[in-house]
Amino acid sequence: MKRANHPARQRLAALGLLAIPLLTYPLIALPEGDLARIPLSYLYLFGIWAGLIVLAALVAERQGRK
Amino acid sequence: MAHKILIVDDEPNIVVSLEFLLKKEGFEVAAATDGEEALTQVAAFDPDLLLLDVMMPKKSGFEVCETLRADPRRADLLILMLTAKGRDTEVAKGLAIGADVYMTKPFSTKALVAKVKELLGIA
Amino acid sequence: MFPGWLVALLAIAYLALLFAIARFGDARADNGRSIISANIYALSLAVYCTSWTFFGSVGSAAANGFFFLTIYLGPTMMLLGVGVIIKIIRISKTYRITSIADFIASRYGKSPLLAGLVTVIAVVGVIPYIALQLKAIAASVDVLLAGSEHAIRGLDSTFLIAVVLALFTLFFGARHLDAAERHEGMVVAIAFESVVKLMAFIAVGLFVTYGLFDGFSDLFARAAAHPELQRLLRHHPAGASRWAALLLLSGLAIILLPRQFQIIVVENVDEAHLKRAAWLFPLYLLLINIFVLPLAIGGLLHYDAHDINPETFVLALPLAHGAGALALLAFIGGLSAATGMVIVETIALSTMVCNDLAMPLLLRSPWLRAARRQNLFRLLLGIRRAAIGLILLLGYIYFRAAGEAYALVSIGLISFAAVAQFAPALFGGLYWKQGTRAGAVAGLAAGFAIWLYTLLLPSFAKSGWIGQGFVEQGLFGLSWLRAQALFGLTGLDEISHCLWWSLLANIACYVAVSLSAKPDVITAQQAERFVDIFRRDGRDADARLWRGKTSLGAVVDLLERFLGAVHAEQQLAAHARAGALRDWRELPADAAFVHFAETELAGAIGSASAKAMVASVVQEEELGLEEVLDILDEATQVRAYSRELEAKQRELEAATAELRAANDRLRELDLLKNDFISTVTHELRTPLTSIRALSEMLHADPDVEANDRQRFLAIIVHEAERLTRLINQVLDMAKLESGRAEWATGAVDIGEVAREAMDSLGQLFRDKGVALASEIPEHGPVVLADRDRLMQVTINLLSNAVKFAPDRDGRVRVTVGVEDGRARVAVADNGPGLTAAECGIVFEKFRQGGNTLTAKPQGTGLGLPISRQIVEYFGGNLWVESRPGAGACFIFTVPMPTPQQ
Repeated sequence: MKRANHPARQRLAALGLLAIPLLTYPLIALPEGDLARIPLSYLYLFGIWAGLIVLAALVAERQGRK
Repeated sequence: MAHKILIVDDEPNIVVSLEFLLKKEGFEVAAATDGEEALTQVAAFDPDLLLLDVMMPKKSGFEVCETLRADPRRADLLILMLTAKGRDTEVAKGLAIGADVYMTKPFSTKALVAKVKELLGIA
Repeated sequence: MFPGWLVALLAIAYLALLFAIARFGDARADNGRSIISANIYALSLAVYCTSWTFFGSVGSAAANGFFFLTIYLGPTMMLLGVGVIIKIIRISKTYRITSIADFIASRYGKSPLLAGLVTVIAVVGVIPYIALQLKAIAASVDVLLAGSEHAIRGLDSTFLIAVVLALFTLFFGARHLDAAERHEGMVVAIAFESVVKLMAFIAVGLFVTYGLFDGFSDLFARAAAHPELQRLLRHHPAGASRWAALLLLSGLAIILLPRQFQIIVVENVDEAHLKRAAWLFPLYLLLINIFVLPLAIGGLLHYDAHDINPETFVLALPLAHGAGALALLAFIGGLSAATGMVIVETIALSTMVCNDLAMPLLLRSPWLRAARRQNLFRLLLGIRRAAIGLILLLGYIYFRAAGEAYALVSIGLISFAAVAQFAPALFGGLYWKQGTRAGAVAGLAAGFAIWLYTLLLPSFAKSGWIGQGFVEQGLFGLSWLRAQALFGLTGLDEISHCLWWSLLANIACYVAVSLSAKPDVITAQQAERFVDIFRRDGRDADARLWRGKTSLGAVVDLLERFLGAVHAEQQLAAHARAGALRDWRELPADAAFVHFAETELAGAIGSASAKAMVASVVQEEELGLEEVLDILDEATQVRAYSRELEAKQRELEAATAELRAANDRLRELDLLKNDFISTVTHELRTPLTSIRALSEMLHADPDVEANDRQRFLAIIVHEAERLTRLINQVLDMAKLESGRAEWATGAVDIGEVAREAMDSLGQLFRDKGVALASEIPEHGPVVLADRDRLMQVTINLLSNAVKFAPDRDGRVRVTVGVEDGRARVAVADNGPGLTAAECGIVFEKFRQGGNTLTAKPQGTGLGLPISRQIVEYFGGNLWVESRPGAGACFIFTVPMPTPQQ
């Protein structure tokens, strides 16, 4: 069993690391005001979260098909 | 009737010496200086024997020999190959494609005349 | 609002449906046609979302705004660390590990003490969580039945629910015993439940957001107008530490909770599924959270007076607006969330209780040894069933004792903080070989103690079970021992406070104790196996790590007792087939076989008990620590060697290829040399032929006519000259090549050289009728060179040109000039030209343009090679530019001296 190179795993881990500063204080407290009366704080949290999931899906599924 | 001999060589000096040598022995002699000319001369001059050099422009002696041997009308034609390339493979190749005798240059004039006469059945 | 029998019937019908799905999944698995796909695996992970999520999130959002999200963001981040989880899965599959207790114990030398400790922490820590589910179901039943006559009021409905769940779990998870502890049917049912709870929650969310209000904008706008609600939509920097603590806690919980370990690791059928789960599960979490805040706001706007627990909004809002069917759907959703959690959690815990608490005690009891009961297998099953009942009973007791005082969310976090104590031992054990059993025990014990003191006991105190003194004044009245302000640490919420202190103590003890002593043999061996799981192909070393004597019968007997005869024989047969034996009875009772048996047993009774059982039937020879490490090292080294060998082999192959190329080149050179000699011979023989024939004739016949005699003598002289020239050039070439040529270097006017060369060959050109033109400056470029040699080169080029120029209309042009600081001489003809290949060949010895066999070479074939040698000697170049049919232009350059020279 060789220690294979796993680019997908490494990219996913990088996304996880990226999530830490994006989804903690002080960054999450930054957005203020609202868009179409929906608070930006709410949009920010869900937007970043959704973005991470989309990226993770791209990374995981592209590798998965090989 | 004198036997007819065609000399084929691209070295003019060799043609000169062979021509002189064979004429003196009483043969009727013609000359050609490349392979293609050799074939036309064979048709026109209808020699009994060919003195054929190997390395010549246009058609090599080997090619000339092969062409003539493929022609049934030339079945009686005698071919004596002369070459400056004395390697065994060349000799074997010459004999394989139908030369009667193979001599390397430079040759002894006596030996050549003797061989020609032997081939023609004169001696 | 609804009659009790309707609710009961609905619940029973739903559970029956789940059961049918599970049976279907099991049947498929038994037929070898597993229906566990990556999607089902990812959905089953959503067992994470319990009634805490379904009901509690809304309550949390109503009280603390965004904080409920941390519980779902943490797992999202954690799951992206797929590599760590794959490592855990790989280890667990290799060594048949069936629970988190087994995993940690196995890593630290298959320690029964550690297994027991982890099990106790897990049971104590998770019991509140199970209580939470009971509480949630009870509360939702209360809401549904509120104000209506119902038959089960007289009974304790929560107890009834606990009993039903216990029975249900028995059917589900403990019907049979599986060596791998996998329950495919259960996984399918859990995945189904995940879909149900998501649909139900989103349906209620849509109903409230778009039915009761005018969409997100409307809801948020109304909240913004409300000062108290407005507070929920803002982040407060004061909450930063709690935010971070909850992220960490939930990130750890996603793998450390016994049910999550069960689903993610034990139930995993294919490592590749984890990649799908890494994004699909977070997506699930995102979807189930979108409507949490709108529901909380909607509920708070609707029930202004705070007369209702926000945790029941999900049910209460549809009910209050006459959407009875939707309320029932929500009830089913909540039931799904709760049952899923209870089933998986109790199965996981019962495995741990059975393997890691009950078995070690039983194995020690003389009764068991004496009885030698054949059917231990049934006993195991009985213990598991009892454990399930016991765990649910404890949950019920906790609910009765403390449940009323706490919100769902707080209860859940208490459990999270408990299982977080596993983190140092687990992750440390994965990557740090120095971690020892003593260190793991110390860390776990310290962390657990602090958790008990700062979180669990205060929760009891709040419920009035025990005195509040240690919380308010500190133990023994010492203020620095106040349970939720330890060492005077204040300003934190109770969860962050507990987490920081417990993890600090845990990690500190784990590391310090681990470093203070050397690991024992078996711990060191397990550390190597775990940490290097990807690096070694363990079988080999595993087998050699054991030395001892046993009989096949004794081990087989053991397997049959714990696995059941049928299953044991299946596994034996499979093992025999893997070793290319027809019958397992032919298996040798060697180290590999004992290892196989222990691994099989570990699946059924845990690694610690399996080790003890195997030890009871074999006479094991203890290996020293050094010896074990040597063997393991060797395994690693062998791999290193083989890598080195591969590299060496590649080098050898490269060297061989080089040698072969060199050999080919040599053979080619040899051929060239042969050709060279053959060509030289040929070139010598041709003039000799004429000379010999003519002189023989002159010698034999003195009467040759004077005319002929003169002509023949002239030929002889000419051919003799030709011979001389050839011999000179061959010698010249040989001198140049060996570097022994003599050079007379001086200032040379190249223009003058060219003119002189043209003059000396003028007759030749006129004879052949070739026009010779030139373009030479009056004072040509001056270079430092050998005049005669340059003349030789120029003459060679000119004589080549005249040779190849056509007889009629032949033209040769000589150009001399300066280009880039170099004198340049070009000789162009309008002859037949050369092909690209020939442009290179003409500079090789005896390789002239045209077919050498049919085109009699004109000249010796050494002129150009010699010329090139000469020009290159003076730092210049000689080349030809030509295309077939376009003539050839030979060019040489010689560098001009710089002024200083």
